[in-house]
Amino acid sequence: MSHPPLSQTVVKEFQEILGKDNVFTEEADLACYAYDAAVVEPVMPALVVRPTESEKLGRCIKLCNDNGLPLTVRGAGTNLSGGTVPTSTKGVVILSNAMNRILEINEADMYAVVQPGVVTAKFAAAVEAKGLFYPPDPGSQAVSTLGGNVAENAGGLRGLKYGVTSDYVMGVNFFDVNGEIVKSGSKTVKCATGYNLSSLMIGSEGTLGVFNEITLKIIPAPAHRKAMMAVFDRMDKASETVAAIIANRIIPCTLEFMDNFTIRAVESFSKAGLPTDAAAMLLIEVDGYPAQVEEDAQKVEDICKKMGAASIRVAKDDAERDKVWAARRSALSALAKLKPTLVLEDATVPRSKIPEMVQAMQDIAKKYNITIGTFGHAGDGNLHPTILTDKRNKEEWHRVEKAIEDIFDKALSMGGTLSGEHGTGIAKSGFLHRETGKATIAWSRRIKSALDPNNILNPGKVIGG
Amino acid sequence: MSQIKELTRLMKELEEQLVVCMRCGMCQSVCPLYEQTGREADVARGKLALLDGLMHEMFKDPQGVYERLNKCLLCGSCAANCPSGVSVLEIFMKARVILTEFMGLPPAKKLILRGMLAHPGVFDQMTEWGAKFQKIFTKPVNDTVGTSCARIMSPLIGDRHFKLLAEKPFHRIIPSLDTKPGKSGIRAAFYVGCLLDKIFPHIARDVVEVLRYHEVGIYMPEKQACCGIPAVSSGDMKTFGSLLRHNLELFAPDRFDYLLTACATCTSTIKEVWPVMADRMGEEGMRQVEKIAEKTMDINAFLVSVLGVRGDAEIADKAECITYHDPCHLKKSLGVTAEPRTLLRSNPKYRFKEMLASDWCCGMGGSFNLQYYDISSRIGQKKRDSIVATGCSAVATGCPACMLQISDMLSQPGDRIAVRHPVEIYAESLKTMVR
Repeated sequence: MSHPPLSQTVVKEFQEILGKDNVFTEEADLACYAYDAAVVEPVMPALVVRPTESEKLGRCIKLCNDNGLPLTVRGAGTNLSGGTVPTSTKGVVILSNAMNRILEINEADMYAVVQPGVVTAKFAAAVEAKGLFYPPDPGSQAVSTLGGNVAENAGGLRGLKYGVTSDYVMGVNFFDVNGEIVKSGSKTVKCATGYNLSSLMIGSEGTLGVFNEITLKIIPAPAHRKAMMAVFDRMDKASETVAAIIANRIIPCTLEFMDNFTIRAVESFSKAGLPTDAAAMLLIEVDGYPAQVEEDAQKVEDICKKMGAASIRVAKDDAERDKVWAARRSALSALAKLKPTLVLEDATVPRSKIPEMVQAMQDIAKKYNITIGTFGHAGDGNLHPTILTDKRNKEEWHRVEKAIEDIFDKALSMGGTLSGEHGTGIAKSGFLHRETGKATIAWSRRIKSALDPNNILNPGKVIGG
Repeated sequence: MSQIKELTRLMKELEEQLVVCMRCGMCQSVCPLYEQTGREADVARGKLALLDGLMHEMFKDPQGVYERLNKCLLCGSCAANCPSGVSVLEIFMKARVILTEFMGLPPAKKLILRGMLAHPGVFDQMTEWGAKFQKIFTKPVNDTVGTSCARIMSPLIGDRHFKLLAEKPFHRIIPSLDTKPGKSGIRAAFYVGCLLDKIFPHIARDVVEVLRYHEVGIYMPEKQACCGIPAVSSGDMKTFGSLLRHNLELFAPDRFDYLLTACATCTSTIKEVWPVMADRMGEEGMRQVEKIAEKTMDINAFLVSVLGVRGDAEIADKAECITYHDPCHLKKSLGVTAEPRTLLRSNPKYRFKEMLASDWCCGMGGSFNLQYYDISSRIGQKKRDSIVATGCSAVATGCPACMLQISDMLSQPGDRIAVRHPVEIYAESLKTMVR
């Protein structure tokens, strides 16, 4: 498969805008932008460019549009639905990681303005240094970019109480296909002018415009927090406890579930002292004012006991707490260690349906004779059934694909969604109609074709086509 | 075309190790090179994808892959933080060998590795001549750090501030040793390593003195050869093989209980690299390599965990502030972090203070520093800033290669901070006690 070269004139024009150092043309560079963290076939772009300032970014987009070149914006490339994998070998990948400045953190008005390439964890740390809090904490936050988080509507461990990225976007300022700036939202708490374009852009996965600046809401940091670990000898007891906590009107900031398979994988990697013989465990954290935290923690503990937890351990100090969360954060990669291919699903259900969903995962694993580790954000109904396989084993891979379809159908039948936080990308675009119906996709395609008549903005993602 | 087929066939050997990478990208957060450049080809995930792409004939540019593969500090930060447990360093070294053998060793490397390094006698002779004449071309710049710079513009040296070759290498001061153990009952082989021998002989002397103090029998044969890391990281298995054979002849594993080095890189090479790269040595050679690897230990770790040196000295009134840099090859390869700090705390004349990000790579990376001095310096600058921020008057580290880089970085802006090895600090405390 030889690589179709881009016209030298176009390459030169990119070089004139960005300088030679920021235009990658060699195959061995292009091949590094053919993949992301999703299990999809790599596709090499024809060109990779790295704008260092907004004006140049705008000119790059216009140049792509004028030449009919499909473009895919890429931050850290940690996407789990293939959103940053080009769909065409004629495509251009635009890197956002050289536009990585935090432009403003406004403590008086509690907002921040960032460029799309800022790394999530670095932003969270900068905000924390001022005693404030940016809650969305996707698993890849150590490397993921805020632009990517908004484009995918990334979630994290704190969704249950604090919501997801969309709950913190006050405004997005983005380029349309002609390289013109479109402004949406405001730095004010309230804003009732124009269409709510920010909402349209959140989760649009780079198919409608390219982010230039993002205004994010920041909030006061909670004064106190308490973490605990409840161990169960039966999986159903754990999942029923999740439903019981919510039913008792307690909203922990984090309520995470891990099955035995995941516990063992994580423990062998992290040595955090997890109970490897437990059928399942819940990791729970409550935060807020000290008195309320103590009260909620006591209530949660009581519910766990009542629901039949074999043991409960409350983290003594921050160090112990951090260790537990670090172990949880390593779950995905610890599972990845076990088999060559890992498929991470994030089908999400209304939270009361968690027990049913956990059971369904076990049934599906049995039906197709495959290995599924289940962990995830049980408190917000967002489990991560994780299939471990070897894609080179074609027969097993076929069974895996069947199992994925079953997982999707099961979640939808409970009133759930195909993806809680990873996005549709190319991995799920073929299934979207099952959730939304055909008319929704047709309507979305009309929006897309009106805004992007040449279909150059991350084509093939979300709504296919 | 058939040549490419041959290459992909050779690369299949790496397939089982390559599939372990799930492209999660977490290595981006710890790669010192990626932090500077932001280029995916510079981080482990990108390099692994390139090897994978070459193996699957997604593209055909072995030269391009070779260049990018070589642009790496081999610091192992990615491997130490990889939750999927990809054997990054092993893959990179084996891939360098495959690609080097496919394309041939560049002439400059051939000259240095095969013409000089592979022959310990020649290497010693040349560095001794160098030591005689170096003062004609250099002048001292910073007497606290003990660095010099070039008198006239030199493309090889550039504006580096460097440590001169010692007037007398260690093997001229003490050519060999074979002493019986005293009350410790331990016999330790001392593998000196090139940098200690040729640039820091006083540290090697301190190692000997400390071992004598603890009544450890020392086995130190003469004509020791390089551990082979410059060769293996250049993919030159011929030179690596001849150095390994030379060292195996000198260090028969039944002659000692431990093999000690005061160089993080030598220790991790003998312990981690030899066993995975020695498969061409035959079964007997492999067995010997494994035995030696098992007995090999960093000097700091030996003093603290085997001899029980304690870091509980009462700090003197006018104690000097000292900080510590974690060499990648000690912390990330071998997990040695507490022991060198214990040695620093064993001397009442020093008050120990942690620096920020003490385990962030210093940017040296052996030949990386020669090839990419600009990036190497930018990484080193960050280390320099962390050291200066402690306000300490000395920094210690358990790796002579890190010592060279840190000396350059401190000397250039004129910082007056001494660069030491923890063993020196411990040896100093023994001398004070004797007095």
